[in-house]
Amino acid sequence: MTTTPTESPEAATPPPGSGPVTKTAQAAKVPQGHRRLLTRRDRLTLGLMAGLPTILHVALVWVTALASIALAFTTWDGIGFDSIKWVGLENFKELFTNNPQFWPAVQHNIIWFVALILIPTPLGLFLAVQLDKQIRFSRVYQTAFFLPVVMSLAVIGFVWQLIYNPDTGLINSLIGANEPGHYIDWIGDPDLNLWAILIAASWRHAGYMMILYLAGLKGVDPSLREASALDGANEWQTFKNVIFPTLRPTNTVVLVVTIIEALRAFDLVFVFNKGAEGTELLSILVTNNIIGESSRIGYGSAIAVVLLVISLAVIIPYLIATFRKERQA
Amino acid sequence: MHLTPSGLSVPGPSRRTLLRGIGGAAALGAGVPLLSACGGSGGTAADSKTVTLGSNASDAVPKKAFAEIYAAFKKQSGITVDVNTKDHNTFQEQINTYLQGTPDDVFHWFAGYRMQFFAAKGLASPIDDVWDKIGGNFPEAMKKLSKGADGKFYFVPLYTYPWALFYRKSVFQEKGYEVPTTWDQLIALCKQMEKDKLVPIAFGDKDAWPAMGTFDQLNFRTNGYDFHVELMAGKASWTDAKVRKVFDLWAELLPYHQEGAVGRTWQDAAQTLASKKAGMYLLGTFVGQQFTNKDDLDDLDFFAFPEIDPAYGQDTVEAPTDGFMLSKAPKNKAGAAKLLEFLGTPEAEQIYLKADPNVVAASTKADTSSYSPLQKKAYEMISGAKSLTQFMDRDSRPDFTSTVMQPALQKFIRDPKGVDSLLSSIERQKKTIFAS
Repeated sequence: MTTTPTESPEAATPPPGSGPVTKTAQAAKVPQGHRRLLTRRDRLTLGLMAGLPTILHVALVWVTALASIALAFTTWDGIGFDSIKWVGLENFKELFTNNPQFWPAVQHNIIWFVALILIPTPLGLFLAVQLDKQIRFSRVYQTAFFLPVVMSLAVIGFVWQLIYNPDTGLINSLIGANEPGHYIDWIGDPDLNLWAILIAASWRHAGYMMILYLAGLKGVDPSLREASALDGANEWQTFKNVIFPTLRPTNTVVLVVTIIEALRAFDLVFVFNKGAEGTELLSILVTNNIIGESSRIGYGSAIAVVLLVISLAVIIPYLIATFRKERQA
Repeated sequence: MHLTPSGLSVPGPSRRTLLRGIGGAAALGAGVPLLSACGGSGGTAADSKTVTLGSNASDAVPKKAFAEIYAAFKKQSGITVDVNTKDHNTFQEQINTYLQGTPDDVFHWFAGYRMQFFAAKGLASPIDDVWDKIGGNFPEAMKKLSKGADGKFYFVPLYTYPWALFYRKSVFQEKGYEVPTTWDQLIALCKQMEKDKLVPIAFGDKDAWPAMGTFDQLNFRTNGYDFHVELMAGKASWTDAKVRKVFDLWAELLPYHQEGAVGRTWQDAAQTLASKKAGMYLLGTFVGQQFTNKDDLDDLDFFAFPEIDPAYGQDTVEAPTDGFMLSKAPKNKAGAAKLLEFLGTPEAEQIYLKADPNVVAASTKADTSSYSPLQKKAYEMISGAKSLTQFMDRDSRPDFTSTVMQPALQKFIRDPKGVDSLLSSIERQKKTIFAS
């Protein structure tokens, strides 16, 4: 440490009246006359520490995002740069008017969000409130409900496939719906499969929401409860008028997390049925068009741009609101 | 498992796949070949005693079978084959990046349009000189399959397998069923099976490619090989009355198919045939892999899809063919040519078939004496065919088949009523894809 010059200006000039400095202590001081706070090595280190991530970030996030946007106005099969052809808005026109999977995909992304907000989120809140009451085996319940959150969605997809498999799955075997005549095709029927997957997604999301709300509830001042008890409020009234309003910051986080979950929904469906009819999602359309031996990279990028625009439309108002609040504070 | 005997690129949820997707989305896909091009020159592979080979044979059985072929080649020629094996699906997904970078001298690929596609893009070298020597080993249909759109040879076929209707001999014997050879007989048989409480035709289309096989059979039986090829090449129209006729026939047959096909894998569908709950199953000979019990496998038999239009009879057989191609700038061209010549010999095919009995040799010269009865029949069916097709995703642009046809056919088999709007939607999408 002795060779490291200190950054604080106080230390740079010896305090008046300090005795003769020892040799090692002298080395720790910045060379007299030069008010340079950093040695060349430090600058290099700092430059690398800040520079490399910046370069990586710009190259992997900004350049690629902008390249995707540019490619959305071209057709390209991924073979050689000379096969990139400028087509203007053609991809978007094709997408909006001609692609039978596009509008269902948009719709399913929205349904995904609404369903997550309406079912697992209140359920997570309910579980959190119950667990917050210090009931017996609280830890066991917490673990049980949180367990799905720990698992990867791809694994959850595999697990739920065992339950939904129409021929050999748990549900159909139990209720005898794997016989010809009264057959329930949980995976293939477009009226059912999205909801089947949403149950699996909710199973995980509820645990996630529970933990978020539990953390929020721990932050509620106990004196508030006490006061409302003294005022003679019952449990529901306390929750509705006292506890829930104090959870406002948590609610904002929950809303943002749920929007993100709905937009990035992919792995569960991809494992479940690769986005067949009834479960199309934007993220899956992007993948299907870009991966493969002769890909439609321009077209896939156009879908990615749509997804980007939707994401920005959600994120920008949130960021504006957050920053405005910070400025006021 | 994303087992795709059709060779169709079905992206699995592997991390590599996802990264490739993200990379591709961001145009990084184009940067990769540039980077990898730097390290390629002056490697050890440049010497004349080594040929490098890119392989998608990542499964144990074919991997071992191919290794035996290369060992025999080394014994004969003194040239070592340096094999670079990649996971089967990954190989297909990365094929165009791979071929644009520094590919191996020789690589595994599939016959048909998807071979012609890379040949036309200049990513493969013509091998007419090889074919001057091996030409005599192959029937006319195989020669046709190995040519690019420019009329030059680009491909050496190794093995092939037919698609047909599979059934269990014991079931047919017990119930007194006869093998149907016409459409009416097929429908009558389905009706009878239904009465006998059998599912007439097993069906699983969760992986989205099996339905393409049914379409292929119906189309070339109804409209003949030439129309099928034109349709696959994007020349004929999907709104043509001929195509409509195919879907009408399909709608007639569909009620006899196993219910809930879109939610079932082909493996599960094969189990219903194995357990004698279903009477027939339209698939490739790889269906035998699902018959793990030897007695059941011996009981398995098949027949060609029945005649629909007498003008075409049963003259076309769907027989996907796998083999090898030469990359655009092989480092050891002479050695690679020797290897391809060797792969085109009956000996190489026999070595392969000994280890993997689920397929048959592409060459007519290969020794068939060790074939199982099923292989013999498959061999006869293929060698007797007037024309061979590959499979929808090998006969047409893969981007069209995977992004348009797969969802469209799934929609049709679930709801066959909306066929007119479906066909016009296919045609509109086809036009933009084939125009790009």
